Amino acid sequence: MTLLEFALWNLLKVVVVTVILLLGVAYTVLLERKAVGRIQNRWGPSRVGPFGLLQPLVDGAKNFLKEDLIPAAVYRPIYLLAPIISLGCALVVIAVIPFGANMGPKGFDLFEVSNINIGLLVVLGLTSMGVYGIALAGWSSNNKYSLLGSLRSSAQLISYELALGLSLVGVVLRAGSFNLRTIVDQQAQHGLLSWNMFGGFQFVAFFIYLMAAYAETNRSPFDLPEAESELTGGYHTEYSSMKFAMFFMAEYANMINVGCVATLLFLGGWTSPFGHLIGPFHSAWINALLSIFWFVFKVFMFLFLYIWVRGTLPRFRYDQLMNFGWRFLMPLAILNIVGTSLWLALR
Amino acid sequence: MHLVLFLIFAGLCLAGAINLLLQSHPINSALSLVVVMIALAVLYLLLGAEFLAAAQIIVYSGAIMVLFVFVVMLLNAGREERTLGSKVAKTLGFPAVVAVMGVLATIILHLQGMGAAAINQGLIPTEELSRVLFHELLLPFEITSILILIAILGAVALARQEGSERSVTK
Repeated sequence: MTLLEFALWNLLKVVVVTVILLLGVAYTVLLERKAVGRIQNRWGPSRVGPFGLLQPLVDGAKNFLKEDLIPAAVYRPIYLLAPIISLGCALVVIAVIPFGANMGPKGFDLFEVSNINIGLLVVLGLTSMGVYGIALAGWSSNNKYSLLGSLRSSAQLISYELALGLSLVGVVLRAGSFNLRTIVDQQAQHGLLSWNMFGGFQFVAFFIYLMAAYAETNRSPFDLPEAESELTGGYHTEYSSMKFAMFFMAEYANMINVGCVATLLFLGGWTSPFGHLIGPFHSAWINALLSIFWFVFKVFMFLFLYIWVRGTLPRFRYDQLMNFGWRFLMPLAILNIVGTSLWLALR
Repeated sequence: MHLVLFLIFAGLCLAGAINLLLQSHPINSALSLVVVMIALAVLYLLLGAEFLAAAQIIVYSGAIMVLFVFVVMLLNAGREERTLGSKVAKTLGFPAVVAVMGVLATIILHLQGMGAAAINQGLIPTEELSRVLFHELLLPFEITSILILIAILGAVALARQEGSERSVTK
């Protein structure tokens, strides 16, 4: 493979993965509206296309055609920069996510944009950079609701990032690597039984990760930064048209990213839950498609859990949120690290 | 390729650092510092220290700088007032800085045989570094962490004291 071919193939991968992610974002929104609708005993969007399937496209067109208002009192450079940071950090994360078994010629990975040995750290780093989008959006809007929303959000993200990071240490200890492919391969032997969540005894870590992930993505029941009843919309109150849509897309892209990371770290990634019972088939392509199917299926289940929780649980109070993060999740995560290290050392 | 990337990101780093000093608004200065941190992380990456680069992004630009921005937002600090600067700084400070930098640069260049070393020559991987840190230097390392813990506790104690006094006076 020459350098030019390599560059072109990679460009193609980037385009395809980004388009799929954005489509995934659009249809996660539809899934959420449909599922929450059913939970609340109504239909959800049903007019545009069969079962409302074209609704996301129409929503996108609407957002494009809306007037783009910029209030007079905002601090312009940062006001314009904030949605870009937010969406940029959310979209780049997908670059290090492997979503299928390794295929293709040597040195080239068909189902991952770039296979790097600090993949997990890149994900964490980009998540922590995403805070700036929200913090700066609220501050530069020059609006009390926005500022309160972004202060809440920054405090929440900083607090839960610790618990999130610490909950992943157990998994990294077991795999001995930050490479996401290595972490998945280490869970591949016996299907469901060797997943980190079950066979690895990392269910405590999975619980912490789940809670912290809800808080990190500003989702219900931890969606205080944009609590409508108190803050009219939080940090994006002053944003309209595509700038608002960028924050919206960033939130759902982050949900998908978090789901991908949970799948890779705790649910065995693209490996089948039945292990070798439904064996590797003769055709490499069927195996590849099956691996992608399992990956997408697990991410979908994770997203559905998100929506289910949003539809059924009420919002926490802010002090409850902080207490839960610092006094419960953090110590639990540290205990999990100690326990996992002891187990690995004495085994 | 390495040299091109180094020049780009070293330039970005310096530009961020200078911008940090020139900006009068605290939030712009803080964001310039974020740019400096990210550019430094890329330089670490070029030196083959991936872990250090990621840690730099997560700890410095992700946690510490967010805290800075947070404080600026919370206090809603306005524009800084421009003073013309003291004469001492201009007459003594700048030449002194130039002299110190010159001496340091000469020594480093001299040690490397006047810049003849290649960029990836004689690099120590992070693994070796951490092995030394956690085997031979474990005791000093742990003592440092206790020192930091004491500093944190001290800060909390100081903040508490002030708060309780305020509540008494009110």
